[in-house]
Amino acid sequence: MLIKEPGSKTVSKNTEPIAPEVYREMGLIDSEYQKIVEVLGRHPTYTEVGMYSVMWSEHCGYKYSRPILRLFKKYKEALEGEGLENAGVIDIGDGYGIVMKMETHNHPSAVEPFQGAATGVGGILRDIFTMGARPIACLNSLRFGPLDDAHNRYLFENVVAGIAHYGNCVGVPTIAGEVVFDDCYSGNCLVNAMSAGIVRIDDIASACAKGVGNSVLYVGSSTGCDGIHGATFASVELGPDSENRRPNVQIGDPFQEKLLIEATIEALKTGFVVGIQDMGAAGITCSTCETSAKAGTGMEIDVLKVPRRQSDMTPYEVMLSESQERMLAIVEKGHEDDVAAVFKKWGLNAVVIGHVTDDGLVHVWEGDQLVAEVPAKSLADDAPTYYLETEEPEYLKEVRCFDLTKIPEPADYNEALEKLLGSPSIASKEWVYRQYDHMVQTNTAILPGADAAALRIRGTKKAIALVCDCNGRYCYLDPFVGAQIAVAEAARNLACVGAKALGVTDCVSFGNPEKPQVFWQFKRAIEGMAEACEAFDTPVISGNVSFYNETPETAIYPTPVVGMLGLIEDADKHCTPEFKREGDVVALLTGRRITKDSESDPGFCAVNDLGGSEYLKVMHNVVAGQPPALDIEAEKRLHTCLIEAISSNLLSSAHDCSDGGLAVALAESSIGGKLGVEASIVADCSASVALFGEAQSRAVISLPPDKLGELGELVEKHAIECTILGKVQGDRFKIDVNGVTVIDREVEQITRVWKNAIPERMEGRA
Amino acid sequence: MKFGVIVFPGSNCDQDAYYAVRDVLKEPVEYIWHQEHDLKGVDCVIVPGGFSYGDYLRTGAVARFSPVMEAVKEHTDKGGYAIGICNGFQILCEAHLLPGALVSNDCLKFVCKYVQLTPANLNTPWTNQCKNGQVLNIPIAHQGGNFVCDQETLKRIEDNGQVILRYCDEAGRVTPEANPNGSLNNIAGVINERGNVAGMMPHPERAVEKILGSADGLNILRSVIEWARR
Repeated sequence: MLIKEPGSKTVSKNTEPIAPEVYREMGLIDSEYQKIVEVLGRHPTYTEVGMYSVMWSEHCGYKYSRPILRLFKKYKEALEGEGLENAGVIDIGDGYGIVMKMETHNHPSAVEPFQGAATGVGGILRDIFTMGARPIACLNSLRFGPLDDAHNRYLFENVVAGIAHYGNCVGVPTIAGEVVFDDCYSGNCLVNAMSAGIVRIDDIASACAKGVGNSVLYVGSSTGCDGIHGATFASVELGPDSENRRPNVQIGDPFQEKLLIEATIEALKTGFVVGIQDMGAAGITCSTCETSAKAGTGMEIDVLKVPRRQSDMTPYEVMLSESQERMLAIVEKGHEDDVAAVFKKWGLNAVVIGHVTDDGLVHVWEGDQLVAEVPAKSLADDAPTYYLETEEPEYLKEVRCFDLTKIPEPADYNEALEKLLGSPSIASKEWVYRQYDHMVQTNTAILPGADAAALRIRGTKKAIALVCDCNGRYCYLDPFVGAQIAVAEAARNLACVGAKALGVTDCVSFGNPEKPQVFWQFKRAIEGMAEACEAFDTPVISGNVSFYNETPETAIYPTPVVGMLGLIEDADKHCTPEFKREGDVVALLTGRRITKDSESDPGFCAVNDLGGSEYLKVMHNVVAGQPPALDIEAEKRLHTCLIEAISSNLLSSAHDCSDGGLAVALAESSIGGKLGVEASIVADCSASVALFGEAQSRAVISLPPDKLGELGELVEKHAIECTILGKVQGDRFKIDVNGVTVIDREVEQITRVWKNAIPERMEGRA
Repeated sequence: MKFGVIVFPGSNCDQDAYYAVRDVLKEPVEYIWHQEHDLKGVDCVIVPGGFSYGDYLRTGAVARFSPVMEAVKEHTDKGGYAIGICNGFQILCEAHLLPGALVSNDCLKFVCKYVQLTPANLNTPWTNQCKNGQVLNIPIAHQGGNFVCDQETLKRIEDNGQVILRYCDEAGRVTPEANPNGSLNNIAGVINERGNVAGMMPHPERAVEKILGSADGLNILRSVIEWARR
């Protein structure tokens, strides 16, 4: 117990040491405990050691990832200065900024998928509106094991339901995302929730506890015992006893969140809120320490004043609870009632639990008992940093020397195409997004199912486009190139709807970083992502790292997901992937320039482009080779050309050519438009490579024949390649390779395969 | 025509309805807080979509007891116009201002998508700007939009022309396949006997501009303005 002399600012009595098994259970190692003793100059109390253990967990403290994340220039500012707070902001002109962030909720979703996913959405939304921004979009990036396994179906079903439950109720449209299925995610599902909000640049709220004497206002839901040590749980591997961790998972109440959104935006308008922060991971501990540390102040709070769901909670439990839908607001002294009135109007708690001090310490009282006295900065900023060993994984040698030329041609290309279209990773995700309200707020200009979703910005001519993307298989084969491709493909998706990429939020998931091979993957992926983001001039404005995504059986592929924001200058001039009318010319734009005297094929694939492909996995169950090569400069020229062509109204459709290759891209445009196509490919590679190879920097477009001249000029100007493939016509999907018809199916038939793949697996029916 | 949009805690289509009236219809509009007893002299009340009071008990079951609903009842008793959209439809049914009830979709999941609707009676305050056989493209977004009632009520509302909208396919055919939620007789919208109160599950306020994919919702919203002018 701590004893504080009246009027004194120091603790006069030391405490007993905490038993090693107690702090180890909380996730601290011996040296970290010693460091706490050094910082405090005494042994910590039970409450204090709990506070350190969550704040110094990888989840909150980035103790392993921090040295690597410094590679992101913008991150560097975020980590070292007070430039970026809860989420980064991108200026889109007209006085508006877009705030966006993505965060994982992998571990909770693995043990309690519905609430795990739901609270993932809730947490990311709070990061947005604590900036003073109104949330305008949710996205999500999901990974599961194959759907032939009942447990994977259970996880998929409930994660989607949890996202729908939360997002639909709060009235924020869920407009885009990705869902990928692969063996490595069995038992290690990935649930990444992303959100974007809009804010007047002048009205961005701060997360600083400025102004000594200002009041600390607790707002939102009451505090319960749910989610204690959630952040610590996120920082260990999943195992057989993970089921017992279910009480670590928080329970979400989207209705409270909706009230909190409206009340927070209204309260900020009073002008009396000095700072505000979400209580997410590590709850009151994190919000009090971080807001104080950022402002260089201290804070004094009384846990007895915290609204509770049960009466017998200890200070430890109150400080570590991760109950949802709560915020900490710093309010100008004398105006507590003005701010509290807004929250009370919305039926929410608003209670003064303490005040800002000048001593840099967070004092936690339980009535007249002092239960914790810790330097705010030591909790928020001084998490021990570890420089972990890296080692190139053994498996890479094997997968890289795999001989792709030995892959036989399929007996029937029609069947191969249908197998790919019926692969859940490629198949229609309508089963998923139909469960999400993607139109509320009436801004959605491009609905889910396109390369990227778009929202018009009211009061301006503009629209923003949003997307998230990652190919984990590529990252497994080469994390550096794989992460670069994630950035390139996200930007390409944006370009295909006519949007110029402006910024990135990242959400990266890996296995156990204490294993040198996993840390090597992490380091290489971040290096690749940082280099690509710089090349595309898309700063990484926010992000999240999730480690320990492994079970004793498997570790996940390195999965560095990129969330990207793009801008469409004229909202009316956007493009979608489906063919629009018969008679349009179908062409392939390739970000490569083939010299006139070149003997090689005009921009199709080489055998290496089968490396890491969906085709190789689906047809041969092989994950090998190297990811397709990426030339970032060529990629950028392609994007500029696409954006100019769309803004000049030249294109009827544009679609990124990626997973499943050219054949799948053509099929998706055909299916979406309910129109047939007759295409001819001339290539000096095998038909399977030409059809299903995943060479980068390509997009399938269609346009009226009379626009070809203008497009030709743009293609010339940007030094890219345009190959005419054929025409939109009829109701058959037909592709010739080197004069031989290899694919010929009714559009209706391939549509059924593509549309029914997921519903059939989930419901046993179409 | 002056519109009023009710705001319950948990309403989330209130702002969309407000913008549709103010920016597209260019008519005067005000928000009305759920604790108000006074409707500020509005001619037409919009009870918007969302999750009023969280909808944890039963959709619309709590909202019907809010103070503002007393005022809405007085307003409609006097012949004032009111339309409930989605959750608003559920609330008006719970308040017995409209016949029938809305239960869980037959697929038991939330469904958000564009659907096709065909007007079933053009001679109402809510459909007079539609054409016979017209197919309206308007989105739905709900988990409990399955319209049910007893056989007697069904016969009565059908005979009285109280069914105003039905789900149909792209060709305007009212088929089981075109029914997104299991509603009896593909019913998407109904009115009370007098016709001044309407409820519909699809969201007309979401289909008011070309950039949103459809402006067909204006046919519904403009109808009441025209009707009142006559």
